[in-house]
Amino acid sequence: MIDKIVATTAQALADVPDGATVMIGGFGTAGLPNELTDALLAQGARELTIVNNNAGNGDTGLAALLAAGRVRKIICSFPRQADSHHFDRLYRAGKIELELVPQGNLAERIRAAGAGIGAFFTPTGYGTELAQGKETRDIAGRMYVLEHPIHADYALIKAERGDRWGNLTYRMTARNFGPVMAMAARTTVASVHEIVELGALDPEVVVTPGLFVQRVVHVERAVTQAGGFKTAA
Amino acid sequence: MTHPKWTRDEMASHVAQDIADGAVVNLGIGLPTLVANHLPSGREIMMHSENGVVGMGPAPAAGEEDYDLINAGKQPVTLLRGGCFFHHADSFAMMRGGHLDVCVLGAFQVSVGGDLANWHTGAPDAIPAVGGAMDLAIGAKKTYVMMEHLTRTGESKIVAICTYPLTCIGCVSRIYTDLATIDITAQGLRVIDKVEGLAWTELQRLTGVPLLAP
Repeated sequence: MIDKIVATTAQALADVPDGATVMIGGFGTAGLPNELTDALLAQGARELTIVNNNAGNGDTGLAALLAAGRVRKIICSFPRQADSHHFDRLYRAGKIELELVPQGNLAERIRAAGAGIGAFFTPTGYGTELAQGKETRDIAGRMYVLEHPIHADYALIKAERGDRWGNLTYRMTARNFGPVMAMAARTTVASVHEIVELGALDPEVVVTPGLFVQRVVHVERAVTQAGGFKTAA
Repeated sequence: MTHPKWTRDEMASHVAQDIADGAVVNLGIGLPTLVANHLPSGREIMMHSENGVVGMGPAPAAGEEDYDLINAGKQPVTLLRGGCFFHHADSFAMMRGGHLDVCVLGAFQVSVGGDLANWHTGAPDAIPAVGGAMDLAIGAKKTYVMMEHLTRTGESKIVAICTYPLTCIGCVSRIYTDLATIDITAQGLRVIDKVEGLAWTELQRLTGVPLLAP
């Protein structure tokens, strides 16, 4: 019998080692798996490489992980936000490494890892400082930059409903990076607000097929709060 | 010295008039978001946001906000009938694959060759953040820039060569400013409209780089 349901967030993250690469879903506050990030903080793993669109909001979730000094490197597209003070302080103090990636390259590099793509050519970033040192190629008269996949040991994602096979649905724009991160990680942990019986999810509306998911844990629904607003350069 | 200027809403209205019925459009953060308020009635336009939604509607009524339904600026929005959600890789495939008709972006600088600088001032103490700017700029069939013509200190934001870090090379097709609307063509910058009461010679002087008459 296949049963990916795990009783607690602590159990779901118990084996994350020091030095792991961990993808965390979410854009703004939508889709941020805060309960899983809190469990990762409590679990104590250090020297983490985090992959997320942003670099933490306020003082909770990813920001708390940063504040506790657990993160060695962050791979993201938009670290600077109105409430990214923990990242800002660590970055200015030289205590965290930043790999800044255009958002579409971030999504596609994650997808490529999940799809077994060795590398791909993209027009995004050509001629900019974010493509410096990277291989470029003229393909049919347009210039492209070679980008490599981003693999992860773990992905922490927030979904809406899940079953014991790991099939997932999401809620509105909280879907964002969840489906591609689920593909790219060796172990994907999904928090869901509702665990349903096998067969209860309409197979026509399953967004993430269960084979991309290794662990499903129920968390109580909490209203998504505002946050993650951008600030000017 | 002072000169006549279009308001931000007038600028937004100019952009909106140029968006055709049926277009798929992405409006960048800041000034471009005003365009949504000026779309001519009778045109059906699909608004895309890079965080995975197309068919985006206006802001919800007070008290109706749901922060699982937001735009790229993290502001709560609504979904029109027919709208749908998708994941980030699909969302950026829509841009990079050329499926968007128009994207409207803010800018620090645009060059005569259509290079765009809009993500980073390059200041040594600034924390860089790029978001979807580079993908948006290269992906849409038409990339429009909406910006003030001059910086706060009076320098033209339309330049021979961008001095700020580039977002993309040669991607901008039209610039909407508070003084003029300008097409970027192979022959150079062609002014297609300018604010009433601003003399041609004055527009040319303020802009610095050569302009072609309509």
